Amino acid sequence: MSLLARIRRIPFWSWIWFILGALYFLLPLYATVNFSLRMERDVIGFKAYIRAFEDPEFLETFLYSNILALLTIIASIILIVPTAYWIRLRLPEARRIVEFITLLPFVVPAIILVFGLIRIYSSPIKIPFTDIRLLQPLTTFEVGTDILIVAGYVVLGLPYMYRSVDTGMRTVDVRTLTEAAQSLGASWFTIITRVILPNIRAALLSGALLTFAIVVGEVTLASFLGVPAFGPYLFLLGQHRAYEPAALSFASFLMTWLAMGLIQLFTGGQGQAAGTH
Amino acid sequence: MAQTALNPKVSLPVSDWKKWLGVFPFFLFAILFLVLPSLRLVIGSFTNNEGQFTFANLLQLFQEKSILDAYWLSIRISAATAIGGGIFGFLLAYSVTVGGLPKPLRSALITFSGVASNFAGVPLAFAFIATLGRTGFVTALIKNLFGVNLYQQTDFDLYSFWGLSLTYMYFQFPLMVLIMAPALDGLKQEWREAAENLGASTTQYWLRVAFPVLLPSILGSMILLFGNAFGAYATAYALTGGRLGIITIQIGAQIRGDVLHNPGLGYAMAMGMVVVMAISLMGYSWLQKRSERWLR
Repeated sequence: MSLLARIRRIPFWSWIWFILGALYFLLPLYATVNFSLRMERDVIGFKAYIRAFEDPEFLETFLYSNILALLTIIASIILIVPTAYWIRLRLPEARRIVEFITLLPFVVPAIILVFGLIRIYSSPIKIPFTDIRLLQPLTTFEVGTDILIVAGYVVLGLPYMYRSVDTGMRTVDVRTLTEAAQSLGASWFTIITRVILPNIRAALLSGALLTFAIVVGEVTLASFLGVPAFGPYLFLLGQHRAYEPAALSFASFLMTWLAMGLIQLFTGGQGQAAGTH
Repeated sequence: MAQTALNPKVSLPVSDWKKWLGVFPFFLFAILFLVLPSLRLVIGSFTNNEGQFTFANLLQLFQEKSILDAYWLSIRISAATAIGGGIFGFLLAYSVTVGGLPKPLRSALITFSGVASNFAGVPLAFAFIATLGRTGFVTALIKNLFGVNLYQQTDFDLYSFWGLSLTYMYFQFPLMVLIMAPALDGLKQEWREAAENLGASTTQYWLRVAFPVLLPSILGSMILLFGNAFGAYATAYALTGGRLGIITIQIGAQIRGDVLHNPGLGYAMAMGMVVVMAISLMGYSWLQKRSERWLR
């Protein structure tokens, strides 16, 4: 092959697009790291990271956000796994409506959801059509707000979690597993926790990690509901500091990367996209 | 169904309403935390300050200049990033699938796209401030290389239309890559061979065969990107601090305090957003169905 032919075989434009894409990906990251390392004049160092991680408020809010993420994941699994399981086993006629509901969060973005949640749950909860109060407004006490925000996060993660679980169940023969378990005398609870869950663990893990990626840095719901979460903390830190927020931003990027990398590892497939932009 | 008939225990006839009990918790949750809040906004947008039914809020929506401007700005940013991100994302997906780049680059790009499409909100805003802000890395680079000060000699401002659009692009085009890569994989080798046997050039193959097959998928994905940007709040808020009046930021201000001095108008504004999102989702799913005719 002549040199000219060999050069012609190089996909010139493909390389151009790829390099441009790589630059778009990497430049903001490089800029952030570069900036975060220059807290001290003329010295490259990790001072901004040390400062950021040492702040007790960082630890508190980060821990709180992680707990929220964990609660959201647990609540989603408790809500979605039995539902998806039951639809596959007994109630295929409910599939369409349930799938429709799981797509609704795409139509109702976080800012609208929190708007509605606040308007509904800032008044006391009554039995419909009576004046009997069941509960004081959820937004007025801490546990109430926590319930509200976890519920909101379950909604935001619903499309991703449901799809993960449903795909997971498609690959295992739910019906045969159930029959086998039943013939051995297992209860419904045992079937779900000891038979179904272990069989879809890869799908659960990928749904859980995606939910985690959504929740940990989430700002919209957290700031309007006024909870001490990591997202609003980072936002406020950015108002009066320069280097520490850059350090934490890069750390968040690494965390997102870790979560997505683990998903790839467990599902071995295409990347997934979610997010609260 | 035939399988279950073999096992009397599973096929035991359960009356219809009992079967539905199994999905009751899910529906209860959806009603409490998704349907009711949405319904509240819908009802609110048809209610005046005295609590009576009215169309006035919806009519006012189309008369209030600040609200129309906000919608228009949001629509422009979403359209610009959907089209720009869509084209760029498509070219990138093309380059790693049928474009002839080495295989490892493909998995690197897919992984990175998964990360970037999820990397948004406050950290993304800060990353772009460090890149294209007044003292940003690229701002300084351009100044040193070309002697152009972006902020003094050009109209560029990170906290404006173009700045926000560039920032949104960071999660927009990776999303396009994630959707288009499988679609491009769906192009069958036989189509190309058939076209070549009939004497088609590469350009002809792309214009007359591949592109028409991919078009519903491309348009559908762009609509998805549009909705993705239209509903975005956190990134814009963190970047501009609420100065750039896109619709989500206006709604945010309305939640914080009744800035419009008319709660009903605030609800109508939110409902208008939901309508735009619903239309784009319907457009997406319609195009998705069309694209499945050829690509599976």
